[in-house]
Amino acid sequence: MLKNFFDGLFGKKTPPEKTQDVTQTAPLTEEQIQTIVNNQNPHFDLQQLLASCGQSVGKQRELNEDSLLALTATMAGNSGNLPFGLYIVADGMGGHQFGEVASNAAIRAVAGHILKKFHPYLFQVKTDTMDESFQEIMLEAVRDAQRIIQREAPGSGTTLTAALVIGQQVTVAHVGDSRAYFVFPDGRIEPITRDHSLVKRLEELGHITPEEAVNYPHRNVLYRALGQGELLDPDIFTIAFPQPGYLMICSDGLWGVVAEQDIVRSVVEAPSLQRACQNLVSAANAAGGPDNISVVLAQLIG
Amino acid sequence: MAGVTLASRYSIQEVIGVGGMGSVYRARDMHFPNVTKLVAVKEMINSAPDPLVRQTIVQNFEREANLLATLNHASIPRINDYFSLDSRSYLVLDFIKGKDMEAIISDTNGFLPEEQVLGWAVELCDVLEYLHRHKPDPIIFRDMKPSNVMINSNGDVVLVDFGIAKTFQTGIKGTMIGTEGYSPPEQYRGEATPSADIYALGATIHHALTRRDPRLEPPFSFAERPLRRINTSVSSELETVVNRALEYNPESRFSSAADMKQALLGVAKKTGALGRLKTQTTPIAQAGGIKPLWAFKCEDEVRGTPTIHQGVLYIGSYDNNLYALNAADGKFQWKYPADGGIVSRPALYDGNIYFGSEDKRLHVVSARSGKVVWTYYTEGPIRSSPRIAEGHAFIGSDDGYLHAVNLNSGRVSWRFEAADAVRSTPFVMNDLVYIGCETGDYYAVDYRGELKWRFHAKRAITSSTVGSASTLYFTSVDGTLYALDPKNGWPLWRFRLGKASISTPCIIDDLVFVGAADGFIYAVDTRNSKEVWRYRTEHQVNGSPVIYKDSLYCGSVDGNLYCLEYRTGRLRWKFGTQGAITGSPLVYDDIVYVGSTDHQVYALLA
Ligand SMILES: Nc1ncnc2c1ncn2[C@@H]1O[C@H](COP(=O)(O)OP(=O)(O)O)[C@@H](O)[C@H]1O
Ligand SMILES: [Mg+2]
Repeated sequence: MLKNFFDGLFGKKTPPEKTQDVTQTAPLTEEQIQTIVNNQNPHFDLQQLLASCGQSVGKQRELNEDSLLALTATMAGNSGNLPFGLYIVADGMGGHQFGEVASNAAIRAVAGHILKKFHPYLFQVKTDTMDESFQEIMLEAVRDAQRIIQREAPGSGTTLTAALVIGQQVTVAHVGDSRAYFVFPDGRIEPITRDHSLVKRLEELGHITPEEAVNYPHRNVLYRALGQGELLDPDIFTIAFPQPGYLMICSDGLWGVVAEQDIVRSVVEAPSLQRACQNLVSAANAAGGPDNISVVLAQLIG
Repeated sequence: MAGVTLASRYSIQEVIGVGGMGSVYRARDMHFPNVTKLVAVKEMINSAPDPLVRQTIVQNFEREANLLATLNHASIPRINDYFSLDSRSYLVLDFIKGKDMEAIISDTNGFLPEEQVLGWAVELCDVLEYLHRHKPDPIIFRDMKPSNVMINSNGDVVLVDFGIAKTFQTGIKGTMIGTEGYSPPEQYRGEATPSADIYALGATIHHALTRRDPRLEPPFSFAERPLRRINTSVSSELETVVNRALEYNPESRFSSAADMKQALLGVAKKTGALGRLKTQTTPIAQAGGIKPLWAFKCEDEVRGTPTIHQGVLYIGSYDNNLYALNAADGKFQWKYPADGGIVSRPALYDGNIYFGSEDKRLHVVSARSGKVVWTYYTEGPIRSSPRIAEGHAFIGSDDGYLHAVNLNSGRVSWRFEAADAVRSTPFVMNDLVYIGCETGDYYAVDYRGELKWRFHAKRAITSSTVGSASTLYFTSVDGTLYALDPKNGWPLWRFRLGKASISTPCIIDDLVFVGAADGFIYAVDTRNSKEVWRYRTEHQVNGSPVIYKDSLYCGSVDGNLYCLEYRTGRLRWKFGTQGAITGSPLVYDDIVYVGSTDHQVYALLA
């Protein structure tokens, strides 16, 4: 059923044969990656972080208020090279064009702050570790973004779900109702963030059932958003990258529209991360595309 | 801004508050040259680039000004003037000499007295009732919270900040009006009724009495942290009133601010009558009534930590002896004399006991007979405990080396040179040995004695490390609990302790526990590095906490061994010794063993 949708959509957009060729962003070929994945060997020292992303305005909105960033690199750590990844999805809100301004400013501020901190490690050879911890850097980055949005677009706001990957550690900063998930090849999918939405909170408290939540009239009300509130308290935590598995970050244009099991299937069955992202975007559009869609997928192999 | 005169009339003196849209200043009104008339000037900077947004902001500002002009109540500041200059607008209000409640809460050590908060709450009910009865339309304050309540020099409350409508607009994703954390569920849906102010007043009282800022907690979570769980001195009567104000359904709350006031006065009467009789009903089970199963007296202080093996307890003392005691009854089995104090924890391996002493030696003694098997000399006193792995005993010494001593030959395989004395106990995981030293350098060394990576804390790392597959935890005298990536030493997070720490953390589930010289035992979430609870003892906590079943056991220099519920930090019992407890307890088979500087080793029912 879902496959038909994909086939139909790919026909209209990019033909699948072509995507194979144009999507070679990873330094390894698909075959090479597959071989590494298949021979997951704990003593294989060199780790590879791969990522891809997909975005669409959806079918019912004129403006894209989502912003997205996916950056993968290698860093000279003090014990050899380390994978470095920064993946962010921000979903803006507020009147006029302000949602877009807010989500964009959030990404710029957060990524700018983090890259400044890691600049010596990414672009020079520095062997000492940092004083500041990953969580502190993330927190400052979010506070920076908060200040900038309040100045540039008062009254607007944005969600922010950012993952900083260093080696096997994933440090997440999260505000709002975009989500980060771990997806496992055995078919499990596990949200690792918790929505800061009224509807989710009421569900947690047992005031409404998950079924009622689906049609709840105030589904979109957030109780925490970047740019709003005087005392922003982002969720910041560090966990181990799933191996084998995927890290996925997406806006509600995807998770609110495509069922979790269909998301897992799209990710696990796709021949590459690029294809998986395209399939996810297409699935959301096929389901009506009511909102902007953004998704980032990352995988750590070796 | 100080020295600037606005509108040729208000001479700015200093910033007295910062709000969402600008600062609040204290200024002198120069129209009264012969008296010093002070005013508060609230500035609003309109920096929005979008004209529509700018316009809304100005409208909201004028609404606040016009609203204030119609109000007349002792608990509401009078408005004197308002004007705009370029992109800035100003409200001129009566200056209130005093502090806002948020500042009072954070400037107070410990909890505010119930009577004081009760008094403020009653006055806040009065002013809310006044607003709610406003004609033609009731006024809903919508932003009740400690920072919007000033306490003047008479101790009376004044409500500031009628500027709620700030810049909220309905976007595609809704935004909230009011202050998250204090607002009731219906306000998030855009409804504002008198009942919403009652909820927010309940939230304000809750914050004042618990010091827990609701903006840092999930919304509507007051029921999860009832007043008296956090602040045991609050009366149950007041808790009942606050709970009612914080009811999820508006219909279940007080029907008016006047009703709530009556209920608060009822509390005041009751607790006032009880007054001095109020007894502390803490949930301490038979405090002081705990009897040790046995106690054994050494000839000097016991600062080390015991080890147990096959029914025998091994513990070192400052009297230079390592004692072997029957764990069941404390009966003396044998003692082995070193030439220096023993402050560490013995390790047991293959029938032998390994321990270091201030006589600079690593001693290896038969567990059964207490006879020496071999000893190994370092060049400094040993305060580190040995760790046995891969056929080696790893141990630090004040000579500044980590020693890897071959168990079979008793000879050193290699030494790793640290920057200074190594007093922490090596931690071994995934083929690496982790140690801290007294300069604050921290090393990961492989089994060949080669450095894999290094990390630096600002002060000594005397605490030993504990770790899980993905994280190492230790503390430093710099007052920080560190979480590092074991593979490469990058800091995942840092948690600030009140003071220096030499206590070794302990971990279970998603929690890490540690003590510090500020006297607290802390529980911190391992994922997000947030404090889950802290428990105050009367003196430094230098030993390591241990977990057994659902309890945490930890000694303090105040002489007590504390047993806390590890999830909540609530005290189960404490046991007083005559000296300081600086080592860690050991719990085995439902019995806790602990040494004290009163020379005794105690065994207690866990
Ligand atoms: N009339 C006043 N007199 C003295 N201090 C005041 C007065 N009004 C406000 N403040 C101080 O300034 C702070 C911010 O003022 P407020 O009106 O709440 O601004 P905002 O709308 O930006 O929150 C208050 O918390 C209080 O400490
Ligand atoms: Mg205020």
